[in-house]
Amino acid sequence: MSALNRFALPLSIGLSALSALGVLLSLLGQPLLLGGGLNILLLLAVASVMALRLPTNWRSGLLAVLALALTVLLRVNTDDKIAFYLLLAVLIGCFLLPNLTQLVRVALGVAILFIAVPIAGLSNSFLFELGIQIGIFAALALGLNVVVGQAGLLDLGFAAFFAIGAYTWGIFGSPQAAQFIGGFPAQGLHGNYLFLFMALAIITAAITGVLIGLPALRLRGDYLAIVTLGLGEVVRVFANNLDKPLNITNGPQGITPVNRPDVNVLADFLKAIGAERIYGRPIDDAIAYSFFFYLLVLVVIGIVILVNIRLANSRFGRAWVAIREDEIAAKAMGIPLLPTKLLAFATGAAFSGIMGAVFAAKQTFVSPESFTLQASINILAFVILGGMGSIGGAVVGAAAVTVLNLGILKDFSDLLNTWRQTGVNILGYNMANLPPQLNPAKYERLVFGLILILMMIFRPEGLIPEQRHRTELQEARQEAQEGGGK
Amino acid sequence: MTVADLFAILPQTLLEGLLLGFVYAMVALGYTMVYGVLGLINFAHSEVFMIGAVIGLEVFRFWGNPEAPVIANPFVLLLVALVFAALGSGLMAVLVERFAYRPLRKRGSKNILVPMITAIGVSFLLQDLTRIYAALRHNEFNMQYRTYDALNAVLELPLQTTLQIKGLIIILVSVLMLVALTYLVNRTKLGKAIRAVSQDMQTAALMGINPDTIISRTFLIGGSLGGVAGVLFGLLYTNVTPYSGVLPGLKAFTSAVLGGIGNIPGAMVGGLVLGQLETLSGTYLPFLTNGNFGTEYKDVFAFLTLVLLLLFRPQGLFGQNVSEKV
Repeated sequence: MSALNRFALPLSIGLSALSALGVLLSLLGQPLLLGGGLNILLLLAVASVMALRLPTNWRSGLLAVLALALTVLLRVNTDDKIAFYLLLAVLIGCFLLPNLTQLVRVALGVAILFIAVPIAGLSNSFLFELGIQIGIFAALALGLNVVVGQAGLLDLGFAAFFAIGAYTWGIFGSPQAAQFIGGFPAQGLHGNYLFLFMALAIITAAITGVLIGLPALRLRGDYLAIVTLGLGEVVRVFANNLDKPLNITNGPQGITPVNRPDVNVLADFLKAIGAERIYGRPIDDAIAYSFFFYLLVLVVIGIVILVNIRLANSRFGRAWVAIREDEIAAKAMGIPLLPTKLLAFATGAAFSGIMGAVFAAKQTFVSPESFTLQASINILAFVILGGMGSIGGAVVGAAAVTVLNLGILKDFSDLLNTWRQTGVNILGYNMANLPPQLNPAKYERLVFGLILILMMIFRPEGLIPEQRHRTELQEARQEAQEGGGK
Repeated sequence: MTVADLFAILPQTLLEGLLLGFVYAMVALGYTMVYGVLGLINFAHSEVFMIGAVIGLEVFRFWGNPEAPVIANPFVLLLVALVFAALGSGLMAVLVERFAYRPLRKRGSKNILVPMITAIGVSFLLQDLTRIYAALRHNEFNMQYRTYDALNAVLELPLQTTLQIKGLIIILVSVLMLVALTYLVNRTKLGKAIRAVSQDMQTAALMGINPDTIISRTFLIGGSLGGVAGVLFGLLYTNVTPYSGVLPGLKAFTSAVLGGIGNIPGAMVGGLVLGQLETLSGTYLPFLTNGNFGTEYKDVFAFLTLVLLLLFRPQGLFGQNVSEKV
């Protein structure tokens, strides 16, 4: 181990320098290594900088170098998804690695989020798409994290609040509202009202949270779970069927088109800074909207995280944890149970409500399909995978699952298809004989289920456990070893 | 439609509710028994139920091919399907317990969410494994039960009600299974052991009961009941997909909560009550609201009833109110 420590710094520096050199050469049109080789080198470099024990300054510097190298590489090889995942890893690392100064975290984070990702995204707008999706799921995970992780209230119908937010804008920002409100503009409100409706979505979702919470929160544990599940389904059934007697939600067909805000200012700005050279053709609506929603999601998620951190460290946050740990003791200490729990419900609902409105505008389409029980359970899985109660965990959980579903599984499907067409032999099996039904992208639940099971067996505290939770688990393990457990 | 018409269709509605209720009751027992011994909402049970339906379907396909039937008599075929589904689903439930839940129990984590998330994971895994199986074998995941005239024949009953033979079989099989289960739980040594473990696992272990064995057998019994219910469900609705366990599973779990979760007679009554609620609201809601709120809202009605009931009786219909000691 000590030998590893002695070599940690030179190893990381060497790997980083080599990969930077490789990127530089490929920039000059002289690829030193084939695409795959460079990626492996970069993977090793990122892994070594993040996992090995390095002095603070060196780690900050190497992270910056790697982020720069990855950005350049993404600019050159627009389809290099592995480089993008690595950039994501560096981003997550610069927020979560233990020994970095606050200044470095913020500077690197801002640089990656606002410079590196946009440059990569302008080259390949799929990356914006991925970023937006991660942001939306992260907000949902953060919302549920307040309810389940911090206050310990099991909610299995959380997608309902997301639905409320989405329909709040979806109904009024589309021709839908004119269906049941006489004299309403036929095309719905102008897209710029979205910002107002994001605020309204917070309110409507929070009110729904209180309405669902009022009956449900008198119950405990599993009863609470089944009642929230039931009420979540109730919201979905209403969304699915309120096309009569009054056509409010347009039923299962959903609402389309939902208006989006103007992006002229942003498009002009992009033209002014010469983004067209990166994009490779004149700035059009598609890329302007991708960029716009990327920024919007980023801002919203920033606000949500800020509010979440402030709340978690406030009187309310401590009251939530107290309730989670021991309800009766919390009550004895004078914490008003129902109002405190309702506040948790309303806060969580508000987080997902605001993202719901953004989601409606981004998709330009709202339908009940997006808010099924499956969606609620997925959000819960993000929280659990990331680590219950931990804010960073919720974001990382959402990011990991989204990258897996939208990125890795699809890539793997493509790879299998290529193998099938070329008829490669793997372990003596001719891939051309592989049945075409075996398409990994279709079986995301299988992979997801397997990950959930394995995580719960080997790392139940999640990827990034909450500090308090980590100590508890250690104690439980010690107890079990001493034979005090069951 | 006049009030007299509404009353005229009442017996038929009640009969259909009874059929649905029996299926729910049998699935609900699987949830409630596992909850009783482990305190776990076993989300994977809905997939155990679905797998039972698929096994039954395959038995019908293999041995009931109309051109060259191995077993020509549909009743015998159904019996074989029920037996295979019971064995297959029971085995599946035992395997799930052995490989997913037992490792967690051995580690002694106190967090109740951990086993529940595992259950959700198992449920996803089984859904997609079935989907792969269906895709490879049938080239689509929508699978149809074979239909037989002998099973679909209609019986005329008093009060202008009709019942298909398969409906009659569903009632008979369910009643038989429920009686057998009640006997097993209340009158046999195994039943006593199950009740002991569900009351207090540690004390039961001190009395010479091996909790692991009992938990495993509980999963076996619950899974078998689920498998039988799956075949009956498939017979009733003829269409099975890898995801067709989800909704009935949810309803059955609601029934278990309705009756007081962990309580065996409660699950039976809960299932029957939910079956009636669902068919009654499905039939009468459109008339009562002038067609504004139709059959689609029957689930809303069922869930809202559950919420209302739990508000006044948080322990369910038959559950005991356990006051928490500090």
